[in-house]
Amino acid sequence: MLAEGRGLAVIPARDESASIQETLARVAEAAPHLDLVVVDDGSSDGTREAALAAGARVLSHPFWLGYGAALQTGFKYALAKGYRWVVTIDADGQHDARDIPSVAEPVLAGTADISVGSRFLADPDYPMDALKRAGVRFFRWVYRALAGRSITDPTSGFKCLNGAALAFCARDVFPHDYPDTDMMITLQKARFRIVERPARMRARRAGRSMHARFSGRVYYVFKVTVSILATVFRESHGYLGESPVPARGPGPASRSPAAEKMS
Amino acid sequence: MNVLTARQKGVAVFLAVALVVLIFELIRRRRLREEYAWLWMLTGIGVLVLAVWDELLAGLSVLIGSASPPPTLFFFGVLFLVLICLQYAVRISALTVQVKNLAQKVAILEDQARPSPPADRPTASR
Repeated sequence: MLAEGRGLAVIPARDESASIQETLARVAEAAPHLDLVVVDDGSSDGTREAALAAGARVLSHPFWLGYGAALQTGFKYALAKGYRWVVTIDADGQHDARDIPSVAEPVLAGTADISVGSRFLADPDYPMDALKRAGVRFFRWVYRALAGRSITDPTSGFKCLNGAALAFCARDVFPHDYPDTDMMITLQKARFRIVERPARMRARRAGRSMHARFSGRVYYVFKVTVSILATVFRESHGYLGESPVPARGPGPASRSPAAEKMS
Repeated sequence: MNVLTARQKGVAVFLAVALVVLIFELIRRRRLREEYAWLWMLTGIGVLVLAVWDELLAGLSVLIGSASPPPTLFFFGVLFLVLICLQYAVRISALTVQVKNLAQKVAILEDQARPSPPADRPTASR
């Protein structure tokens, strides 16, 4: 099923040398027809070398740009190379690569533009500390209030996007740090069809979470909240109206303006 | 209303003139771009005008509810500094996006410029 059209797995990695090879192997095993690209976001621990040694294609940021920018580099690469759809999966091995086919299925079938792997659909009792639980509830509530629909895992990094969604996310509206709830609301407002599929999460074994520090979490909630408010305000002023109504289904990505810019 | 003492006026005029001269000199030497200079220039000229024009300073003091004129001078000085900082933040935000886009392009071009693709890729399917 995954052999339909050319698909690319984008794996953003920052200082994940301990887990990147295992992640690559698991993705290759679970989705053998998918091309892989690791976006090394200015790692200093040999992540790039580890990924190259595993035979992966690696795009290296010359310095740290942020998780969102790393994803976007992968999107721009996919558009430049004419890939028709992309799966994003975290390098730390927390996402179970065996879920790639089921997460990608709605996009490949043309019934969705974006499919999100939700850890909560796979395990409603997914363990989290109190702070994180409160954060997830807050963003679910905000999403439902502003997007008019519900989503169980608005901060998931495990997604599948078709060509139209890729072209949209390759623009400067895409946040360079945390493209989470704010971007999901923007995509929903831009009338992309978003669905969720269950995705199992494994415990982190190595490396360090982006959200490990308390100050980082506070900044995260602040930033995404401000960004959401700005999104709503922009939308009401026709900002999103500048973008063409997205084409439906996994169309030829190479015709998008972003792809032309890259070439 | 007793506006500024001669000493206060002298210091304010001296600093404002020095600022304007310094900015002009930086522009002349191409060390400062005009697009960043105009708010600074406005600050210097604004302080100068307020320092020498007693009635304007007195009127503004009444307008903003200031008890005496010298704080009014400070108030407008700080206000302009805030605007200048904001201008920088806007510019930095734009530069951040530009640097990000450049770095992304470098990463992609570097990959294209690599002589041979990585050997025995486990996932090659083209």
